[in-house]
Amino acid sequence: MSGRARHPTEDAWWVKALILGVVLVFLGLVLVLPVAAVFVEALRKGLPAALEAMADPDALAAIRLTLLTALIAVPFNAAFGVCAAWAVAKHEFRFKSFLITLIDLPFSVSPVVAGLIYVLVFGAQGWFGDWLIEHDIKVIFAVPGIVLATIFVTFPFVARELIPLMQEQGVDEEEAAVSLGASGLRTFFSVTAPNIRWGLLYGVLLCNARAMGEFGAVSVVSGHIRGLTNTMPLHVEILYNEYNFVGAFAVAALLCFLAIVTLALKTVLEMVQPHTRPARH
Amino acid sequence: MTTTALPAVEADVSARPPPRKANRPMLRRRSAIPGFGVTLGVTVAILSCIVLIPLSAVVIRSTGQGPAEFLDAAFSPRALAAYRLSFGAALVGALVNGLFGLPTAWALVRYDFPGKGLVNAVIDLPFALPTAVAGIALATIYAPNGWVGALLAPAGIKVAYTPLGVMVALTFIGLPFVVRTLEPVVRDLSTDVEEAAASLGASRFATMRRVILPALGPAWLTGFAMAFARAVGEYGSVIFIAGNMPYKSEIAPLLIIIELEQYDYAGAATVAVVMLAVSFLMLFVINGVQAWARRHT
Repeated sequence: MSGRARHPTEDAWWVKALILGVVLVFLGLVLVLPVAAVFVEALRKGLPAALEAMADPDALAAIRLTLLTALIAVPFNAAFGVCAAWAVAKHEFRFKSFLITLIDLPFSVSPVVAGLIYVLVFGAQGWFGDWLIEHDIKVIFAVPGIVLATIFVTFPFVARELIPLMQEQGVDEEEAAVSLGASGLRTFFSVTAPNIRWGLLYGVLLCNARAMGEFGAVSVVSGHIRGLTNTMPLHVEILYNEYNFVGAFAVAALLCFLAIVTLALKTVLEMVQPHTRPARH
Repeated sequence: MTTTALPAVEADVSARPPPRKANRPMLRRRSAIPGFGVTLGVTVAILSCIVLIPLSAVVIRSTGQGPAEFLDAAFSPRALAAYRLSFGAALVGALVNGLFGLPTAWALVRYDFPGKGLVNAVIDLPFALPTAVAGIALATIYAPNGWVGALLAPAGIKVAYTPLGVMVALTFIGLPFVVRTLEPVVRDLSTDVEEAAASLGASRFATMRRVILPALGPAWLTGFAMAFARAVGEYGSVIFIAGNMPYKSEIAPLLIIIELEQYDYAGAATVAVVMLAVSFLMLFVINGVQAWARRHT
């Protein structure tokens, strides 16, 4: 109440200090400490031991499988997202908000349930189980199942990003292009694509981070066969459960590095195109 | 959707150029933009194959066994204990996030401090960090010989391998939901109202309590519900720190996996259906709160 130049909507210095102090301590404890722990544990026996753990054949196989999975799942979901956003944002039709809710659905499903549903469809006792065995096709406990489960959990990322963005941009530019005789594809690539590229990249970035890091859904369908159906997060689990902590944290450090790069790129993209929508997953 | 009487002939392209009015409600406006049929068709087809049909499998499998078996599997003592832990710990995690998320969002919008950009980026860490990595890191920190666990052990507090550990993991997972939902609302909060309150003689504390907090209520509730919904189904970050003892520290998603490993597909599907039902209820609540907030702001 000393009432000097402080603006009435500005908090007193001690309120600021208190709030900032609480926030920074909380964030430090909850968010920063785990990341620090990963790197400290990975380097516990020195850098060579950590690097050796990363170069282990099973670890390399896990890295390869994770990259392969992301390489299939992310473009698939990006293509789906663009397709869905074109239908939803550039046209008016009935049940539109219902369709958006359905596209969002995988975000509300537990990752374990996401894995389970594919076991019930493609597993040995599942709907197509007999047919798949007859034709000697493996989906569950094999790479296709891992890819499918990953597609499911990352399904909404790109669509969620593009639908509001394309709705904001309206249809005027596309209508102008079409009225000047451009084909649909031409309109998309020359008019829409330049407008949505940053939003698309943002969605792809988040989609990729989740695809490479997914654990629960993949764990259900993978079968945990070393060197064959283990992704990086699953490999971390196996090493950790074998008390090979340096190995587990070395692979975890790689994933941590991926997360940090993702956050850095995300921050850059937000500077290029300011974001006002609340992020999800 | 209200159907305004719009004769089909007038809606035809030949009737152009009609003056375009924004948000004209109708079944489907004839748009000059091509590709509607193809993109909608592909969207619905992929959505059905990847999401809807597989999801229906879990419902069909769980209801195919008869109502008595369904209830047995859905509400067995072990399942009930697992729901209690999953929902209870998710609730605690979401509450902790609600408590600390509000000052975090406030500080990020209103204050300037060194390292703000970094703090802003760090908030999203739980979205970017694979859950298994978070899980083994938290288990290590909170184990009796870990950085934090060693500090708590003399006080007799065990975190890792107890329900408390589950709460810690679910707090980690849910934080960005509360902060990122509150942030835009804090930013849009008009300072005029605060100035008016202050000029009418309200103390800063009274302004906070009577003006600011009520305005943030719906967003806070939405963020809380989203954090809760995510935490209920969370698996990767929890299992390493939970202890996974049946009836004590076993979460519902883990129970699904255990039943699956015992080839009890119907049992696993049943627990999954219960969890799905709760998730959809949460989705419904979140949409309801958001719709209510839009009407009242």
